[in-house]
Amino acid sequence: MANIKTSEKKSKAQSMGMHTEVLTGRTQQKFFNPDEAENFYYFGTYDVDFNKRTDLDVMNMSAPEANKEIDNLMSQGYGTIVIKNPQGKHSLGVGILNKLNLIFEGSLGYFGMGSCDGPIVRINGRVGWSCAENLMAGKVVIEKNAGSCFGAAIRGGDLICKGSVGARTGIDMKGGTIIIGGDAGAFTGFMMQRGRIIILGDVGINLGDSMYDGTIFVGGEIGSYGSDAVDAELTSSDQDWLKRKLKVAEIGEDFDVSKMKKIVAGKKLWNYDNLEPTEKKGAI
Amino acid sequence: MCGIAGLIHRGKSSNVGSELQGMLQALKHRGEDSTGYALYGDTDGKNFIMRFKVGENVGEGSSSVMEDVSVYDERKKIVDQTLSEMGAKIIKEERTLPYSLRYEVDYETKDLLDFSQRIESIPGVEILSMGKSLEVIKDLGNAKMVCDRYSLDKLVGTHAIGHARMATESGVDIKSAHPFWGYPFSDVSVVHNGQLTNYWNNRRVLENKGMRFMSECDSELIAVYIAQKMREGASLEEGMKDSLTGLDGVFTYFVATKDSLGMAKDTMAAKPLVLYESDDLVAMGSEEIAIRSVLPQEIDTYDPFDGEVKVWQI
Repeated sequence: MANIKTSEKKSKAQSMGMHTEVLTGRTQQKFFNPDEAENFYYFGTYDVDFNKRTDLDVMNMSAPEANKEIDNLMSQGYGTIVIKNPQGKHSLGVGILNKLNLIFEGSLGYFGMGSCDGPIVRINGRVGWSCAENLMAGKVVIEKNAGSCFGAAIRGGDLICKGSVGARTGIDMKGGTIIIGGDAGAFTGFMMQRGRIIILGDVGINLGDSMYDGTIFVGGEIGSYGSDAVDAELTSSDQDWLKRKLKVAEIGEDFDVSKMKKIVAGKKLWNYDNLEPTEKKGAI
Repeated sequence: MCGIAGLIHRGKSSNVGSELQGMLQALKHRGEDSTGYALYGDTDGKNFIMRFKVGENVGEGSSSVMEDVSVYDERKKIVDQTLSEMGAKIIKEERTLPYSLRYEVDYETKDLLDFSQRIESIPGVEILSMGKSLEVIKDLGNAKMVCDRYSLDKLVGTHAIGHARMATESGVDIKSAHPFWGYPFSDVSVVHNGQLTNYWNNRRVLENKGMRFMSECDSELIAVYIAQKMREGASLEEGMKDSLTGLDGVFTYFVATKDSLGMAKDTMAAKPLVLYESDDLVAMGSEEIAIRSVLPQEIDTYDPFDGEVKVWQI
């Protein structure tokens, strides 16, 4: 990568690889231009009106058909879409790179709301494995429980489950915030790199195993700590942030955050490859 | 990948054949090399129901060797003769397919070990299930194909477990298909999703204790492991809890007996399971869409946690 600090804005964006391939006819490189406001949105996104609302019954639709219809409705300017009868179908609502108010009246299967950037989503049921994987921005609220790998590799946004979640919540997450109202399973925060996880209930074994960075807050009991996960001091600014976040998330507003545990990376694994076998034993 | 599903009605019977077919068909994308049902039907409890095979399905996709139907007829004759010698009386017999049979047998015994060993000493013969309520039906193809082939959609009972298989570590044949009977225990069956990594070590130990393996499918180990624990005096739940440390690998499995249904999930929680529980029905499957096939209305479901074992009674 070129020296970003000394580059001009445009070339800086290009140096950082902020460009995309346009696959129409001959492939073209389309570069991000920070001076053009419209480029803050993805290509093909729509100017939607949140007050323009419609229902979409997906009972007899496949996931690709339903997702295509959501895209079609956004292209007509609908900013609020209510999905009826999702019936636990997989891969609903994936790849929405648009501002949108999306409501699911029911439960989703696997990979729901994956790779999204921007939508505000409320799911009035439960979700299966890998909900909101790779979320980049926006907010996803689940009213009931969630399966394993909840919020895997998210980079931004708020992901909130009011019930309990399965194993490996926030695995490999690189940013954003995950908030759990109930309990969480084993390997929560496994290999997380950035971001924050808040669990109001209990959490299973190997919490924060091999985490590189980021912070985990736990309100209940911890099954066991994972490799290199250690306790840290809960500061007053942590508590202020927790109160604010829980209030915004409409979850656990009265929760006593002063008693929460804060877990961070011990960072002993950071130089793991440089250690001799005998030193490795001491590091873990 | 494989998919598993199960349900138990508490305090009543239902059309479990049709219900399980719907659940397994919803999971067919997880594997349709073979599909198996363990159905616990309403019976008078007097006679044993023996489901057995005298050959393999050698249709398209099968890894079995082609045999002439006359070979099956000959094996059936030897089975009939052996039953007679043991004092077992065939009350009713059905031959759905040339290689697959269902007998209702009047036989007085508490230990089925000797009975099973004698029947299975006949080359090419395998008992798929033995019990006073349990019937294991498994064959190549997806849930609907197997259900139609064996007319399972009208079977009424209290509970059932089933498996949609994507073959990975053993052949595409009936002997490697799930469910596995908990030999030699009456009315015990097992389905499994996952991989076991200490299969051979455990198999050698169990074979030395007199247990039998019919396939090289790692999942069969769970049925034999639980059966051995029960032989040693453990309850179903105790045997299942013991398996969390005795079995190595990743697994979610179901065990059913004449009056109960249980689930266990390994300590890594690496294999999926979604569970719905109410006062009169428990339904569970690898994915929620399986449960939705019997409960289309909005329901509360959850994922059991790592290392969790649960058992429900009818």
